Amino acid sequence: MQEKKSVVGVFLNGLIKENPTFVQLLGMCPTLAVTTSLKNGLGMGLSATAVLIASNVIISLLRKIIPQKVRIAAYIVVIAAFVTMIQMLLNAFLPELSNSLGIFIPLIVVNCIILARAEAFASKNGVVRSAADGLGMGLGFTAALAIISAVREFFGAGTIFDIPIYGTVITPMTIITLAPGGFIVLGLLVALVNYIMKKGDKKNG
Amino acid sequence: MAKEIIAILLSALLTENFVMVKFYGICPFLGVSKKTDTAVGMGMAVTFVMGIASVFTYLANTYLLVPFGLEYLQTILFILIIAGLVQLVEMFVKKTMPPLYNALGIYLPLITTNCAVLSAALLNVQNGYNFLYSVLFGVFAGLGFTLAIVLMAGIREYIDEKSVPEAFRGFPIALITAGLMAIGFMGFSGFSI
Repeated sequence: MQEKKSVVGVFLNGLIKENPTFVQLLGMCPTLAVTTSLKNGLGMGLSATAVLIASNVIISLLRKIIPQKVRIAAYIVVIAAFVTMIQMLLNAFLPELSNSLGIFIPLIVVNCIILARAEAFASKNGVVRSAADGLGMGLGFTAALAIISAVREFFGAGTIFDIPIYGTVITPMTIITLAPGGFIVLGLLVALVNYIMKKGDKKNG
Repeated sequence: MAKEIIAILLSALLTENFVMVKFYGICPFLGVSKKTDTAVGMGMAVTFVMGIASVFTYLANTYLLVPFGLEYLQTILFILIIAGLVQLVEMFVKKTMPPLYNALGIYLPLITTNCAVLSAALLNVQNGYNFLYSVLFGVFAGLGFTLAIVLMAGIREYIDEKSVPEAFRGFPIALITAGLMAIGFMGFSGFSI
């Protein structure tokens, strides 16, 4: 099935149909931890996207050279190298974002989305398709993080992109930006996606 | 010193619980928490690996990276150490303790990509813990993970999926359960010695 998809199809597949966060439910740690504000969510999503594209391309180039037995270790080294680069770039050019994401930047290494795409896609497909897959999955992840963080920032802090919306009129529910809010907002959003998908299935079938 | 140790233990176990407060190790927390006994197995395996990973990453950082000014290689070296350790532990347990291997077997390879292990190693360095503190922090953060995953499994065993609205079945209801548990864990915050 997947062999026939065009480059655009591969890209859209990652962005919507197999959205890593809402459909595949991968990479939950950063999804919950950094989505306290839209800025952090977008920063994390784009950093992960950059790592995902770069590692997909390199792993796809090396897919015939890497021995089968040590492939996971080899993938992890490639991913860790790119994560270190991103970590240094953020530190140098966006120190504020780097501070607020903190330890979750090095933790991109163990984000299961990246390893899963390396194993399931980049190790079996050509460079262009792997890059498209990386871009689609990465932007799917970014979009999901943006939605979650926008909801949490709006209800929890009363702001969007640090611009106050209603904070002076109604007191925002701080708990939404704290740990419990992360779990509950994600739970509600996944339920909403399930509901919409089930409705679509019923209409089609 | 005793006071400092107790403070580290309590924060690793409760106030800064890796799963409920810090969001490290969510994947296994949600994936392997359907039955209490498998949750106990996973928790024990993670605690074990976190303990020895803290030992080895501390040694590697102090005697390899810092003397040569190579701290920027931390992420790569730590994840390699963890992956190697997980492999070794798997082989060792398989040879010497077959019953334990049968209980933990399938979870061991998953631990490499459990971000709790890597975060414990990185946090040890960030907080400037010495050798003893690092090991204690690793073990107790692992026990905190075990506590959260076992409690979660205990609750999930009692959730009757049929009475849950269709869209909420499975993952969403687990997340909301976790959210309610996290409110409980917030009760520990501000608790200090």
